Amino acid sequence: MMPFAYSKPDSIEQAVQQAGPDARFIAGGTNLLDLMKENVERPSRVIDITGLPLGEVRATPLGGLRIGALVSNAELAWHPEVEARYPLLSQAILAGASPQLRNMASTGGNLLQRTRCHYFYDPAVPCNKRHPGSGCPARDGLNRQHAILGASEQCVAVHPSDLCVALAALDARVLVHGKQGERAIPFADFHRLPGTTPEQDNGLAQDELIVAIELPQPRFVARCRYLKIRDRASYAFALVSVAAGLALTDDNRIAELRVALGGVAHKPWREAELEQSMHGRPASRDTWADFADQLLRDARPLEHNAFKITLAKNAIIRALSQAQAAEEQP
Amino acid sequence: MSDVPTEPSTHPIGLQINGNLHQLQVPPWLTLLDLLRDELDLVGSKKGCDHGQCGACTVLRNGRRVNACLTLAVMCDGDELTTIEGLADGDRLHPLQQAFITHDAFQCGYCTPGQICSAVGLAREGRATSRAQIQEAMSGNLCRCGAYSNIVAAVEEALPHMGGPRL
Repeated sequence: MMPFAYSKPDSIEQAVQQAGPDARFIAGGTNLLDLMKENVERPSRVIDITGLPLGEVRATPLGGLRIGALVSNAELAWHPEVEARYPLLSQAILAGASPQLRNMASTGGNLLQRTRCHYFYDPAVPCNKRHPGSGCPARDGLNRQHAILGASEQCVAVHPSDLCVALAALDARVLVHGKQGERAIPFADFHRLPGTTPEQDNGLAQDELIVAIELPQPRFVARCRYLKIRDRASYAFALVSVAAGLALTDDNRIAELRVALGGVAHKPWREAELEQSMHGRPASRDTWADFADQLLRDARPLEHNAFKITLAKNAIIRALSQAQAAEEQP
Repeated sequence: MSDVPTEPSTHPIGLQINGNLHQLQVPPWLTLLDLLRDELDLVGSKKGCDHGQCGACTVLRNGRRVNACLTLAVMCDGDELTTIEGLADGDRLHPLQQAFITHDAFQCGYCTPGQICSAVGLAREGRATSRAQIQEAMSGNLCRCGAYSNIVAAVEEALPHMGGPRL
């Protein structure tokens, strides 16, 4: 690791004031330190935000939940309110990383983790995300793990988070604090597609710090499922993951449906309008297959990842079938 | 906060490691693992991958299992740490250490300190009880010798004996 200066501000305002182009905030550090050891990240200053009062999970006046940015992944997954009212979130978190990493990694940091594209991690090769304009060896290289949706000529990387896929499905908001004050970003707008500027994973300004995630009132408590498909049974990134939520009418038709995909794009993949168009359709395997076909209609494979399109379709069908079969809770 | 450093410098920290207080001056880029091994001669915690992927460096930070290789020492100021060296009570082995011997749960032994510290953290979390749950909850610790079945058996046997303050 390159030497760097270290500070530990006492307030959000101080932290934001200390931000800058050569500085990085650190909380859990599980991704940042890894990248610093590889010289992918070389900040000259590291701002330790673990002294800030952002470690709380509390109910919002509107019946939702506000999750402080410093709440660890393990605390969040096992928080009684989350287990009882947002089981999709618990399932997604526990499908990711290892118990050690979940004890360390923060909620805010999870959103900001970088892609695990091998080429991004290797400073000896070009990468448009690391060095804009240098090229993308993944596009014609080892791209089995890479994107099938929303990719660009410049970048085919995928976002690695499981937590974010559930947050996308649950319509979370990201609360950020910057020098200009605080703003709330709908989760669907937080991460971005690579386009011609893959170096930008999200729309945060340099001085902005994630302070909390806000969840609306619980939905799909009974009928939800996070299904993650990976190369081994545990402790691996998703090839494809599905966060599915379902509400059914008395005659077994779709009242509401949510599906977010992980492992397939530069951000969690969701189409709210397509979901709404399914309302009133019978809850059946044929409906799930039709929905999957439509959600994947623009999928474009690279040389080594065509299997992901079939895998995604089958994972969507399975996740929705399992959500449908889930028992109503008392 | 009085001043904001812009140049690299060292920082004073205080750590409680295996019950002993250490007052140290550390550069911010020093990982907890390098501090333990290189500065304090606590070489039980191992450096496997140095990227949080293998779990050989697992220690307990304020009772929770973490990867020491991805932890900055400077961020541990005021914390309580337990390493493999702090588990036995004199000559009396920790129940997990004894169970690893009973079940022959290692071959080369390099991953063992991390496996045992991880299992102590697992017990404290209180979430994993069945064999399948133990397997899942130990997935952050790799064993290249492939002693997994014996490791899981050791953890399974030791779990009921790990209630109480020695955790």
